[in-house]
Amino acid sequence: MENIEADNNKVTSVFDASTGAVEFAALIKAFEFEKALMQEHFNENYMESNTHPKANFKGKVSGFSAADAGKAGSYSVDVAGDLTIHGVTKPLTTKATFVVNADGTIKATSDFSVRPEDHGITIPGVVRKNIAEQIKVTVDLTYARM
Amino acid sequence: MTRFALLAAALCCTPVFGQEDLLDLLGEEETGPVYTNASFKTTRVINGHSLENTAHGVLDFRISHRFGFLSGGVNEFFGLDNADVRLGLDYGVTDRLMVGIGRSGFQKTVDGFAKYKVLRQCDEGCGMPITLAVVASSSVTTARATEVPWYAPGRQDYFTHRLSYSWQMILGRKFSEGFTLQLSPGVVHRNLVEAENDPNDLINVGIGGRVKLTKRLAVNGEYFHVLRDEVPGLRNSLSVGFDIETGGHVFQLHFTNSTGMFERAFITETTGDWADGDVHFGFNISRVFTVHNPKKKRVE
Repeated sequence: MENIEADNNKVTSVFDASTGAVEFAALIKAFEFEKALMQEHFNENYMESNTHPKANFKGKVSGFSAADAGKAGSYSVDVAGDLTIHGVTKPLTTKATFVVNADGTIKATSDFSVRPEDHGITIPGVVRKNIAEQIKVTVDLTYARM
Repeated sequence: MTRFALLAAALCCTPVFGQEDLLDLLGEEETGPVYTNASFKTTRVINGHSLENTAHGVLDFRISHRFGFLSGGVNEFFGLDNADVRLGLDYGVTDRLMVGIGRSGFQKTVDGFAKYKVLRQCDEGCGMPITLAVVASSSVTTARATEVPWYAPGRQDYFTHRLSYSWQMILGRKFSEGFTLQLSPGVVHRNLVEAENDPNDLINVGIGGRVKLTKRLAVNGEYFHVLRDEVPGLRNSLSVGFDIETGGHVFQLHFTNSTGMFERAFITETTGDWADGDVHFGFNISRVFTVHNPKKKRVE
């Protein structure tokens, strides 16, 4: 069994505290794996990143107001919206933690799981057991005022 | 109204989802150049080098196997009774430079090469439409003095007679996900040749390509044309085969009229005639190991 893990440090996101609207976009080719071949297979065989270069999320945050954005502290919020991966959009609901820092920046963290099949990613039977049924995604975004 | 926006390490490019998009507020940002990858599934087309390199820090163990000629018929089990093997190790020194060493049973040859990508095709971020690579290789026959092809009793066994060299320039382009084509003009130099009117230097042009049938299966073809007067018994190398990719392996199954698996042998010493069934069924297996992981930057 191999550990299949990648980091993407090229994610963009915008959060409008007054409406609660949030969006993020991630470039698939920017997911960095330890093994070059694993990264090549991820892009070429599974994510088909030449056809679907980005994954994105559009949704709404509830439990966090514009006023909260001005007060330092930690807030537990709910996020609901649509997640598009590999060109297929599915609804996603999860919890997140927003930490407002003294300097006005907000650090947002969240965890959720996705199933490859939900987004049209086919995994051949011979290797199906090598890849998790549920893929854990960890999000860590730091927002600065615009 | 308060709005917040993110700037992560380096920003993403154009948001591609229309309508009222928050991300439009961020505008466009520069990403580095995105080099084309996976033009071929591995670093060889069949016998000859492809425009792909082994990735930085990756070791590729290659077993290349050719059975006997199909024309051997039932008695030779259509060639399966015989075998020629080359074992090789390739290593990606950087993203552009790879080196390799191998040993073939054919004339007990040890060969080594270095391959450098001078120009790399870009998907975006730069305007290069082709990949240009250069390969320099040399081979030495390590057979016993009495077993080399030019042996004659009383003849001095010079080491330099055992050497030959090959230089090739590979120009290729991945036209689409499903199609890649490359041209490889080059020169093979043999220190020792059979007859006085045999040229030591042979200019040749190779053409190779692949058509991807499914995500993991491709069909490859390769032909090397040697610029020389027709020599009875010697032919140009023509090969066709399939590449099957699984996990960490690439299996190349093919038919070729060339017996040797290093440049001097398959380019200049091919004797098989396709029309006579002098074709070897063979396979190459490539298994990659990540030896060293260069930190960051994996957008190849």
